[in-house]
Amino acid sequence: MKYLEIRNLRKSFGDLEVIKDISLEVEEGQVVAIIGPSGSGKSTLLRCATLLETMDAGELIYLGEHAVRTGPDGKAVPAPPGQLKKIRGYFGLVFQNFNLFPHFSVIRNVTDALITVQKKSKEEALAIGRDLLKKMALSDKENAYPYQLSGGQQQRVSIARALALNPKVLFFDEPTSALDPELTGEILKVIKDLAAENMTMVIVTHEIAFARDVADHIVFIDGGVIVEEGPPEQVINNPRNERTRAFLSRFER
Amino acid sequence: MEFTVLVAKLAEGMWVSVEIFLLTLLFSLPLGLLVALGRMSRNLILKNVIKFYISIMRGTPLILQLMVVYFGPYFIFGLPTPNRFLATIVGFVLNYAAYFAEIYRGGIESIDVGQYEAAQVLGYSRSQTFIRIIMPQVIKRILPAVTNEVITLIKDTALAFTISVSEMFTVAKAIASAQSSVLPFVAAGIFYYVFNFIVATIMEWIEKKLDYFR
Repeated sequence: MKYLEIRNLRKSFGDLEVIKDISLEVEEGQVVAIIGPSGSGKSTLLRCATLLETMDAGELIYLGEHAVRTGPDGKAVPAPPGQLKKIRGYFGLVFQNFNLFPHFSVIRNVTDALITVQKKSKEEALAIGRDLLKKMALSDKENAYPYQLSGGQQQRVSIARALALNPKVLFFDEPTSALDPELTGEILKVIKDLAAENMTMVIVTHEIAFARDVADHIVFIDGGVIVEEGPPEQVINNPRNERTRAFLSRFER
Repeated sequence: MEFTVLVAKLAEGMWVSVEIFLLTLLFSLPLGLLVALGRMSRNLILKNVIKFYISIMRGTPLILQLMVVYFGPYFIFGLPTPNRFLATIVGFVLNYAAYFAEIYRGGIESIDVGQYEAAQVLGYSRSQTFIRIIMPQVIKRILPAVTNEVITLIKDTALAFTISVSEMFTVAKAIASAQSSVLPFVAAGIFYYVFNFIVATIMEWIEKKLDYFR
């Protein structure tokens, strides 16, 4: 089943057209890595997909349900608020700089939306939260506050927070970019473990080697368009396009 | 006049000062938040009306504002003169709400946009986001600035003497001129200082209470 479909997405900021007609599909259980130089539009693509940014044109569909459709004038029309609220429940997002709630303890960061948004009981939320913290090897940090944690630990809390709501698709926006190099490994391992559990994920990343290891499908974006996409063996090991080759040559392989 | 009698008389005035202080905070803190929200509104008419109100409140002396609230109804509209105490409270609340509004606004605007985005992706409604996620962080950040205003307010209560409300300073002044003595002023000064000391201690305690997060 197609969990996510983006069709003919266009997005401009003022006169600058950041995304020029991008279409993308993500199947259940698929791990898609989006790579590309900074300013290529990959973050904007992710922000449009997670409804943090409005689309100028195109369609956005989760599990066959339209979050954004094309109106008669060709412009993008978002679904009514009730429908959008439901669709927000289909995906989670892990931010580059975590965006944990500083005034909530670790466990409350993970459980608060379960109680406030999903109206689960405190006990049920706590059980889900503790389970996820255990999985993230953070059980001993349950009552700590975000400022007391390392960057890697904070990012694991934010992954637990996103997973708590049981999303169908989990997005990562450069999840290791704000971390010290020695801490990136622990986050990449968590994502690999999730991939092994068949979690559907879309990852914007600069970690080319990691993208090759974990993703089923690589999308290389430059200048607001998909330049090349396909399995990692093709896109990363044998890129056909000159721009892809130029981009990848800047990374050690 | 015996010292104990002086203290007893001042204490009466003191109680009026405390009333002005507490009632002003009770109304101006919530009103200030509403004013701040209006000031940040996307509705340009509302935003500019609020901006004008804030500029008047901050741009003219409080002592003059108190006189306008007290004498204005009669001289401008021919209405009966309001109760002195009520006029004092209205004047103080209008003035302090404007200052608190700007403090709230600074606090709200200092919160990282990522906090709103994280809440939105997690499905929080706009009001849930504001109440559960944004405001607790705002309160912690603005507390030192609020403490400043609260301390100023204690001393500002003395301005109620302009419309002859018998708060402590008015009482001290009356006794001082009747007795040709500066002792009432000294006693009043000590009262204000002790009052301020207590309030500052309470504010410090609240700040410490919020030390659990950064």
